[in-house]
Amino acid sequence: MDNAEVLRIRNDFPVLNQLVNGQPLVYLDSGATSQNPLSVIEAEQEFYEQRNAAVHRGAHHLAVEATEVFEDARQTMADFIGADYAETVWTSNATEGLNLLAYALSNAGLWAAQGRGDQALKGLALKPGDEIVVTEMEHHANLIPWQELAFRTGATLRYIPVADDGSLRMDQAADIIGRHTKVLAFTHASNVLGIINPVRELVALGHAAGALVVLDACQSAPHLPLDVKELDVDFAVFSGHKMLAPTGIGVLYGRQELLDVLPPFLTGGSMITTVTMERAEYLPAPQRFEAGTQRISQAVALAAAANYLTETGLDRIHRWEADLGQRMVAGLEGIPGIRVLGPAAGKERIGLAAFDVEGVHAHDVGQFLDSRGIAVRVGHHCAQPLHRRLGLTATTRASAYLYNTTDDVDRFLEAVAGVKAYFQA
Amino acid sequence: MSLDQLYQQIILDHSKARHGSGLAATESPQGTSTGQSHQLNPVCGDEVTLRVAVQEGKVAQIAWDGAGCSISMASASVLSELAQGMTVAELHEAIDSFREVLRSRGKVHADPELLGDAAAFEGVSRYAARVKCAMISWVAAEDALNQAA
Repeated sequence: MDNAEVLRIRNDFPVLNQLVNGQPLVYLDSGATSQNPLSVIEAEQEFYEQRNAAVHRGAHHLAVEATEVFEDARQTMADFIGADYAETVWTSNATEGLNLLAYALSNAGLWAAQGRGDQALKGLALKPGDEIVVTEMEHHANLIPWQELAFRTGATLRYIPVADDGSLRMDQAADIIGRHTKVLAFTHASNVLGIINPVRELVALGHAAGALVVLDACQSAPHLPLDVKELDVDFAVFSGHKMLAPTGIGVLYGRQELLDVLPPFLTGGSMITTVTMERAEYLPAPQRFEAGTQRISQAVALAAAANYLTETGLDRIHRWEADLGQRMVAGLEGIPGIRVLGPAAGKERIGLAAFDVEGVHAHDVGQFLDSRGIAVRVGHHCAQPLHRRLGLTATTRASAYLYNTTDDVDRFLEAVAGVKAYFQA
Repeated sequence: MSLDQLYQQIILDHSKARHGSGLAATESPQGTSTGQSHQLNPVCGDEVTLRVAVQEGKVAQIAWDGAGCSISMASASVLSELAQGMTVAELHEAIDSFREVLRSRGKVHADPELLGDAAAFEGVSRYAARVKCAMISWVAAEDALNQAA
């Protein structure tokens, strides 16, 4: 990709074409939420204009059509991550996907204790003495559900520490992940450090220990080619709104044999076979985990977003954003008083950079950038333990996507260079 | 609305001076009744712990510790100076007035007679995301006053 192509891409994103505080908007907050191309907005509109109906029920024409596009969308998302159709579960977002998983796992313990389910289910139950392993860099969404699962089951939560340069202490990971580990959950790419974690090594450690391996793909699925089978993870989650789709839709991938054994999290309509006054039998995955009327238009729109990304080429998007990330870090490192979190310039990172400006609080940095039409994220980016580990409470983060040019990065850098002087720091 | 109306010089100066900061180093005067309040803005991590010492219906001292943006730190600094020597009733009146200005989205002007340097925060009311930053120490003072009563 090059700037000329990005300028063409930008025509597909109406929201980017506006002035903010009198200046052309530079949107560098896609790590929080991304913008929608017309094809996605139109896919959702077309669904409501032509096909809106509840899926998997009713014999009428619209219901059949709605069901068809809804399930086609699932196949699109399965293909997008290299999964099978039945392994692709709709969620509201990654947070819900991780909570679904954590609750399904604690339900496995409750079922096993009452003799419900088979031997395979028993093996998934957690008990005191078992360990859940996460990393110090996790987003709260991939941390708190595990804290609470540990609380409910009596299992212990352990952390793989982060080195000063943001990399995981793999030497320690090998000691921490062991025969007590039942779940290993970690992020593919850090939303703060921009670092890409060594998935294969971690998966090897997790599987050697007999643990379930859970991948938070929120910052990878939208930005680089993702193949869950090739990575050999057991579960993966990501959110639609970070990959050009609307809010309210996400995906949980799970290996078929695991999804079919796990008890459901939410129960109700659409996920059952036989219901009596006393109890119910459940459908296999994916319906097993999709109680109630689903997020149909959002699923259709997410598939349109995935198609947009696939047509542009995830490999090419990844390389372009990596270049933008390098441009950010190299530029930031050249500004006095700036500390960039994570890998130094020249080391691999995705297209985002979080940084601290000496003597100026991140909230003030963000306000200053906004006055120049530049949108960034400020705060702890839902990663308080990581910030504490790095001796900070809040940082500023710029995160790029396929619609950002090198000019966007340069305007951002020029503005950051003026921050300290403005605040007399 | 320009950025300079938000970040007035007086605010930048107070954000560095941080008058009244240093809880541990400040002893409450003898014979005062004290109240202390901790306030946190989970959105941005701004944090203020503020102690007020009251004697015979008057504010004898305000001391605080905090971490946060320039608006929140300057606001705590201005409040510490302003409150000195006020009666409890006057400080409550100032807090109510400050809150009214900050929540007005630019519609209510600050009374410099009553609010002194704090009138400089009038511009913050146009930045909805920053109102909490300016309010945090004042909310802490109100809570601390109620405890000291």
